[in-house]
Amino acid sequence: YKNVYERGEKRDARLLPEKLTVYTTLVGLLNARNYNFGGEFVEAMIRQLKECLKANMYNEAVYLVRFLSDLVNCHVIAAPSMVAMFENFVSVTQEEDVPQVRCDWYVFAFLSSLPWVGKELYEKKDAEMDRILSQTESYLKRRQKIHVPMLQVWSADKPHPQEEYLDCLWAQIQKLKKDRWQERHILRPYLAFDSILCEALQHNLPPFTPPPHTEDSVYPMPRVIFRMFDYTDDPEGPVMPGSHSVERFVIEENLHCIIKSHWKERKTCAAQLLSYPGNNKIPLNYHIVEVVFAELFQLPVPPHIEVMYTTLLIELCKLQPGSLPQVLAQATEMLYMRLDTMNTTCIDRFMNWFSHHLSNFQFRWSWEDWSDCLTHDLDKPKPKFVREVLEKCMRLSYHQRIIDIVPATFSVLSPANPSCIYKYGDESNKSLPGYTVALCLTIAIKNKTSNDEIFGILKDVPNPNQDDDDGVVPGTLFHEVFKTLAESDEGKLHVLRVVYEVWKNHPQMIAVLVDKMIRTQIVDCAAVANWIFSPELAHDFTRFYIWEILHSTIRKMNKHVVKIQKELEETKARLARQHKRRDSDDDDDDDDRSSDREDGPLEEQIERLQEKVESAQSEQKNLFLVIFQRFIMILTEHLVRCETGGIDVITPWYKNCIERLQQIFLQHHQIIQQYMLTLENLLFTAELDHHILAVFQQFCALQA
Amino acid sequence: MCSVAMLSVLRSDSYAELSQYRDQHFRGNRYDQERLLKKSCTLYVGNLSFYTTEEQIYELFGKSGDIKKIIMGLDKVKKTACGFCFVEYYSRGDAENAMRYINGTRLDDRIIRTDWDAGFKEGRQYGRGRSGGQVRDEYRQDYDAGRGGYGKVVQPQ
Repeated sequence: YKNVYERGEKRDARLLPEKLTVYTTLVGLLNARNYNFGGEFVEAMIRQLKECLKANMYNEAVYLVRFLSDLVNCHVIAAPSMVAMFENFVSVTQEEDVPQVRCDWYVFAFLSSLPWVGKELYEKKDAEMDRILSQTESYLKRRQKIHVPMLQVWSADKPHPQEEYLDCLWAQIQKLKKDRWQERHILRPYLAFDSILCEALQHNLPPFTPPPHTEDSVYPMPRVIFRMFDYTDDPEGPVMPGSHSVERFVIEENLHCIIKSHWKERKTCAAQLLSYPGNNKIPLNYHIVEVVFAELFQLPVPPHIEVMYTTLLIELCKLQPGSLPQVLAQATEMLYMRLDTMNTTCIDRFMNWFSHHLSNFQFRWSWEDWSDCLTHDLDKPKPKFVREVLEKCMRLSYHQRIIDIVPATFSVLSPANPSCIYKYGDESNKSLPGYTVALCLTIAIKNKTSNDEIFGILKDVPNPNQDDDDGVVPGTLFHEVFKTLAESDEGKLHVLRVVYEVWKNHPQMIAVLVDKMIRTQIVDCAAVANWIFSPELAHDFTRFYIWEILHSTIRKMNKHVVKIQKELEETKARLARQHKRRDSDDDDDDDDRSSDREDGPLEEQIERLQEKVESAQSEQKNLFLVIFQRFIMILTEHLVRCETGGIDVITPWYKNCIERLQQIFLQHHQIIQQYMLTLENLLFTAELDHHILAVFQQFCALQA
Repeated sequence: MCSVAMLSVLRSDSYAELSQYRDQHFRGNRYDQERLLKKSCTLYVGNLSFYTTEEQIYELFGKSGDIKKIIMGLDKVKKTACGFCFVEYYSRGDAENAMRYINGTRLDDRIIRTDWDAGFKEGRQYGRGRSGGQVRDEYRQDYDAGRGGYGKVVQPQ
């Protein structure tokens, strides 16, 4: 009976961390009734904490620490033993030769529990707490923050500074201490039961030694706190807590928790967010919008898939149609105003979100409000953003629709009508479905037939799409392509160039064709990378679709490696099972030769797969090296040109390019970590221009 | 065993579950069909406009992952689009995300509906209504400009 209760408690507490104080109160009341229950519960929690830390589940571990802290408030755990645990946490900062991110986590776990339990701990053990806090402060002062610029959404400090997360939390705790640990936002049900709880016997936490650092330890990456609103943004409503108030921290933590609990169920998630307690004392809609965008724009990557946030915001608008859409519009306007200093990756996400959102609301927007962008150079962030949004909106609808929804003055930003460009022969506006074209190419390659024969085949290729015009494939296009479908790198580059020339008004088609050509092995990933950096594509280099293609290419490469590794693991497992079966066989007829024969095919397969894995991994590494090399070349060219010409290095093109380089590091950081030595010794050496080297150094600092 | 990992399984994921619908033309028993549905990477997409293109579908459904194939639903007689399609992903996880975040949102201003499909087989791209389109367009009474106007029962012969 007790065990069921325990497990139920833990499950619920974990599932709904934002309701933490409800569960701790319950545990407190149970402990008051049954001392042993409390003891076993605490022991189980400590065990789970250790397991989480060993399994690199640091987010879960933070909630466990917070839960334990609140159990002090419920008289389940004695305050001095909690202080002792925190002493051990912060002592991690004294460890030698450990990554900074390890020390960061323990400091974070300590500081982030203080809003809940700071008052109680300070009342009981002020001298010890002061000591721990002072140790924390000296750690925070000496830790390096090279990584910060790479994680900031905006490069400007106005109107809100993009603070490193530990700095912000420290400021919040400092303020809390100055306010004598008075914290008024957290709901504390246990206060109502004080008379019962204060009679309870408390337990001492066993001494807690943080598990040692191992090679397999992977700590959370540092973060930058995203802020876009303050109390001036909602003058009519309740006052938004300041950026260094502990209330702000608690609200944001809880809202993030809600999303983490319910991200798979958008309606529930929206409902839970909107029913966050205290919603008449805080401008809840603003907090929610800020927290959602904080996740969407988070660098390196959002916690959940991007499309979730779009759909979540739509659900929120449905539930609060009278107020939330206005806040969202206000947010959009603010984000637009600050495009000049926004990180390119974040601009991509903003653009993807906005266009998808509009497509759910008949593309209604006050475009004229943004006519200021028409006065800028078209490569500046604001007009560029509008162009990309309109192109994405078109992809979700059709060309004429987009022409109709924007004022006539915006025509310079409108996307081209997506169509094929035939160099020879008749004009046609029909776009060939990518699948038909890919099918044709595959057939030609597989059959290795002559060009004339290919032509004949193509005319008769059955169509999955019934559109009759698809039968009329312009022979000249494919002549060009097949002529140069050699095995050589030059041939592959030429194929890509031809595809670009024909489809440059229809970027989506280019992406589809490149995808198909990689999958049918007409071109390889490195060829695509080289093509993207080639002079022919310079004109489109800063357009979003190019980077869509590059990242999709890298993703395919990564998935390919993972797939073969999995095959290898599965085959090895099969061999192991076969051995086990043989070993457990009672058969005395232990013929060595027959076992070898049995193992033979599997062992051969494993050998082949090992080779395949090595070759795939080598191709993957080569892809990244090619990409980095081309970035270095193209950036160095620009920097040299600027320096000799005496012009400012920071042009819109430069900002875009250097942030694209950053994006490669951030988006694929786990894989790139494997190549650190090669990158350091081969590419990102000390002779490199400091502008480019800084990106590499910031990346290194992320897991240092 | 780390009980923490076990507990996350308890979280609800209703959007990605199987619906009550079962294709009556499926060759095989109920058990086979459910087995296939539970590991399928293919989604049926319904309530499309007749004018919605493959490119639009690719753009929208590409937001939950890399698409392997799109098969447009066709009128059996006219061989024109009749308002549904199949979207196949390379991985089930991507299809699940489509069920969670694209199902019930708009494409071409219409709320579209997605559901698990046991897998495309030749012939399944055709409407099963008597007139060649989908069954729902045979009997509906309302006027829908994106789906050929009135339902076939209402239309003049």
